[in-house]
Amino acid sequence: MTNRMKEFQNLKTPLFVPFITAGDPSLEATVDLALALQNEGASALELGIPYSDPLADGPVIQRASLRALKNGMSLEKAIKLVSDMREKGLTIPVIIFTYYNLLLQLGEQKFFELAAQHDIDGLLVPDMPFEESKELHEACLQHDLSFISLAAPTTSRERLKEIGRTAQGFLYCISSLGVTGTRTSFANDLDRFLENAKASSHVPVLVGFGLSSREQMQQFEGKCDGFIMGSAIVKKIEELGPELVNEETKDKAIAAFSDFLSKVVPVKKVYS
Amino acid sequence: MKTVYPDSKGRYGQFGGKFVPETIMFALEDLERGFLEAINDEDFKKDLEHELTHYSGRPTPLTYAGKLTERLGGAGIYLKREDLNHTGAHKINNAIGQALLAKRMGKKKIIAETGAGQHGVAAATAAARYGLECKVYMGEEDIRRQELNVFRMKLLGAEVIPVTSGTRTLKDATNEAIRQWVSAVEDTFYLIGSAVGPHPYPKIVKEFQSVIGFEAKAQYKEMHGGKLPDKVVACVGGGSNAIGIFAGFVNEDVKLVGVEAGGKGILTGLHAATMANGREGVIHGSLTYLLQSEEGQIQEPYSISAGLDYPGVGPEHAYLKFTKRVDYQCITDEEALEALNILCLEEGILCALESAHAVAQAIKEAKAMSPDENLIICLSGRGDKDVHTLFEQQKEEDSHDQ
Ligand SMILES: Cc1ncc(COP(=O)(O)O)c(C=O)c1O
Repeated sequence: MTNRMKEFQNLKTPLFVPFITAGDPSLEATVDLALALQNEGASALELGIPYSDPLADGPVIQRASLRALKNGMSLEKAIKLVSDMREKGLTIPVIIFTYYNLLLQLGEQKFFELAAQHDIDGLLVPDMPFEESKELHEACLQHDLSFISLAAPTTSRERLKEIGRTAQGFLYCISSLGVTGTRTSFANDLDRFLENAKASSHVPVLVGFGLSSREQMQQFEGKCDGFIMGSAIVKKIEELGPELVNEETKDKAIAAFSDFLSKVVPVKKVYS
Repeated sequence: MKTVYPDSKGRYGQFGGKFVPETIMFALEDLERGFLEAINDEDFKKDLEHELTHYSGRPTPLTYAGKLTERLGGAGIYLKREDLNHTGAHKINNAIGQALLAKRMGKKKIIAETGAGQHGVAAATAAARYGLECKVYMGEEDIRRQELNVFRMKLLGAEVIPVTSGTRTLKDATNEAIRQWVSAVEDTFYLIGSAVGPHPYPKIVKEFQSVIGFEAKAQYKEMHGGKLPDKVVACVGGGSNAIGIFAGFVNEDVKLVGVEAGGKGILTGLHAATMANGREGVIHGSLTYLLQSEEGQIQEPYSISAGLDYPGVGPEHAYLKFTKRVDYQCITDEEALEALNILCLEEGILCALESAHAVAQAIKEAKAMSPDENLIICLSGRGDKDVHTLFEQQKEEDSHDQ
């Protein structure tokens, strides 16, 4: 585990981990957006790698992927982009979110080399369930990377125990069935699920999938250690896209983005 | 040699597996349990057999293609007539099997993906027969190209849902069907159309298609005093008809040939020759060979036959190629069209463009074999659905001639 990830785990809760797609709306804008997220209180960053066939993602992130692919984004370029972010002052952990095929084609060895060179802290592979991930999980440990595991409301008790026991960085609890995207209701036995997740995990338990407002997060107050927000942020970036890539309107767009964030980032307080 | 794959993780050697989001794992486990229970249940087996016999019209004949054999002067050619199934292709074997499984598992709704619409029609047919609600995901681009099949599905009471993501074709329709399944796993069964996808799908589809191979083997042996054919040839899209007919012969001393779509030729880049030209990777939850860019973005395949137009291939085929048990070859659009014409003229059978790829390869193979040898072609479907394409093709050729 990197020192950045250790610090992350000791931050005051609720933790806040936003997701953005690398290369949307442009490579440069991704760097600026990452810094804006840190300024507004992000505890870590999930950097999504665009993929032609994003099985776990809904329309918002699918569209972001297509835009980023048009901009020539790739796993290797995205990792390298993190060095630019670090140079400009990004200190929070960065977790690379990539579908397995991209990692497979780059090669695991190459990935670990790049990750070390460019200050990556974690890896999340959304189409690699627990059973398939043992070796990669081990390899991440050896390279000081946190392999982020996911659990869903449909995950059986036994599997949840195993997943929680070996979880690194944080445990990503999926709050609803289906793909990523903003939604108004969540799986109904969520409280039980989160209780079980907390009981089996020794790392922070974060809730994600479909969150778009502070009110929604308040529903889970005290039941988890923090939140992941993806589609709602990516949607905002989509809206601001044209302004973000225009030199003249860029600063105004970043300000608008920060303003949006200040309204959704959960308020810090320590739960007793 | 006895088949010991897939292993408990759904692996065929290094191929296969379950590369899916965590939210689906529960559904795949549930599916595997339901499937294993069903195939060990005598009542289920009886129901399935009853439906295959009295509804689909099985067993399908094994037809000796005497005139074609004579014309080529090589090996004797036999046709396993999957074109004579209800709805005109082998796809119905699988659709009936999975729909009965869905019912047995207490599901009320099925979803399916379709490219050209063949599997969509089969799924809609089975849904109508077994009283299931049916939604078919189809790429917007394919909906435009396959108007008539869209209409057929609607006639059968299915809802056809346009998919607008990615390249708006079969691969995207499959992604979307999986995504929708994730959000509705409780009451919905995903009826996959070929021997692809995450474990246990390739195994399930093979089970329901293996009836082709076991029938063909028994029929051939009966005609030839217990002997086996020398070779079996089948076309490969996702690989379901091929894995089905190979199932009867893979543990025997019989040569097996799988035929992929070479499209306009491998060198043009316009093809669906996954095994000839693809690399190992993950598509639709399975580790297999696929057409992809250097970086791993999945590429759009091309073939004149919509049913072979898939950028991946079932994991068991990847394994059979890797172990060299099966010889995989490519046939171009042009060769397939020519073979289709020959079969029409010699045997009075208009086969599907997909099947014509197998016929074209078999023509090459038969010529190189001796007259005391025999081969079987899996004639996976009939060509009525392709008449429009053939007609357009003919018009184009005529205009070039003038
Ligand atoms: C007649 C026919 N043959 C073959 C195929 C290819 O599929 P598979 O490789 O799964 O048999 C299709 C697919 O639609 C088809 O309709």
